[in-house]
Amino acid sequence: MPQIAQIAETYASQIFWLLLTFGFVFFVIGLGMVPKIEATVGARDAKIAGDLETAKAAFARADEIEADYRKHDADARAAAQARIAEAKAQAARDTEAKVKATDALVAEKIAAAEAEIRAASTSAMAEIEHVAADAARDMVAKISGLSASPEAARQAVKAALVHG
Amino acid sequence: MGFRVAESGKIDPMHQFAIEPLFGTDQLAIGGYNIAFTNSALWMVATVVVLWIFMIGGMKRELVPGRWQAAVETMTGFISNLLTANVGPEGKRYVPYVFSLFMFILLANLLGLLPLGLVGLHPFTFTSHFTATGVLAVMSFAIVLIVGFWRHGLHFFSLFVPHGTPVPMIPFIFLIELVSFMVRPFSLGLRLFVAMTAGHVLLKVLAGFVINSTNAGAGFGLTVGLSSFALMIGISALEMLVAVIQAYVFALLTSLYINDAVNLH
Repeated sequence: MPQIAQIAETYASQIFWLLLTFGFVFFVIGLGMVPKIEATVGARDAKIAGDLETAKAAFARADEIEADYRKHDADARAAAQARIAEAKAQAARDTEAKVKATDALVAEKIAAAEAEIRAASTSAMAEIEHVAADAARDMVAKISGLSASPEAARQAVKAALVHG
Repeated sequence: MGFRVAESGKIDPMHQFAIEPLFGTDQLAIGGYNIAFTNSALWMVATVVVLWIFMIGGMKRELVPGRWQAAVETMTGFISNLLTANVGPEGKRYVPYVFSLFMFILLANLLGLLPLGLVGLHPFTFTSHFTATGVLAVMSFAIVLIVGFWRHGLHFFSLFVPHGTPVPMIPFIFLIELVSFMVRPFSLGLRLFVAMTAGHVLLKVLAGFVINSTNAGAGFGLTVGLSSFALMIGISALEMLVAVIQAYVFALLTSLYINDAVNLH
């Protein structure tokens, strides 16, 4: 077994070169490179965690914005409904007022017309009285040859008209 | 996987573990100790180079990783999770060490399994030498001791007295726990060395069967040789699994021992 047979002449060389090579590995690779590689991995993990955090925050913000939007939408709808109702009520009030004004106007016109009709009928009655009185006088003159005074004829006509 | 045909014409399955100096046998020395650059050292350097190239791909540091960067990040994440699971949040501090350990052993095991013998090179698995695994095990053990005594002082010895031990039993339990604690570096280093050595010996023995049976005649070659070859294919797959598992076990046990040192129980 060379491991044992050669130990006397080789142990110093073995130990020296192993310490030299392993020392290089430990100081250059172990202490020099490994922490940097670990740092890269750590930085990547941190970046991924940070990105996930940002994404989560963005999700929450999106939800917030949507809720906000929904609320705005609902508010706008409610406002629009209120305005429509208001407009409807206003329109109804306007119509009512206009109808009322028109009604008054119409009633006024009717009253005026009725008064006119009354006046016309009164003047017509007076005319009839006058004509009837003239006719009565003529009739009296023709029948009796007497001339009745206009006053008497009018009295007679009035009396006759009252009796119908 | 070098073969050496011994005098008797037998194939020596242990020759693959032989350390051969490449240069510096005479001049490279520190304090009288020879530190020749051997084939073992060459594969240690190769392991470092492959690992370094692998890690370069992870240094692009892009937010969206490519395949290579994702592979490197998977490995660091694997060790990071291992330590977090076994030690807790404080385990993160030991990621550089355990990651170095895991990747160094893993690549050493896997590079040693490369079929480079096909192109005339001789792969060498330095994790099949307890001089190498022992250094790694002692290093892990030393870190456990340093962390344990630095954080808890002499209170660290309470690790050897589990909760609820009856008072008269404390001396015995303390001794048993102390021995099991002191055995840790040996079990850690020997486990890897034995697993690697056994697997490579088995592959080499079967390869020797293929060669020797074929040399003995076409009949032997078609029966013994072919079945041995089929077995080799399966065992090669198994050895790759063992290479990964042994690296994982080394890293896992190290992290469990660090947990003892950090959290006491």
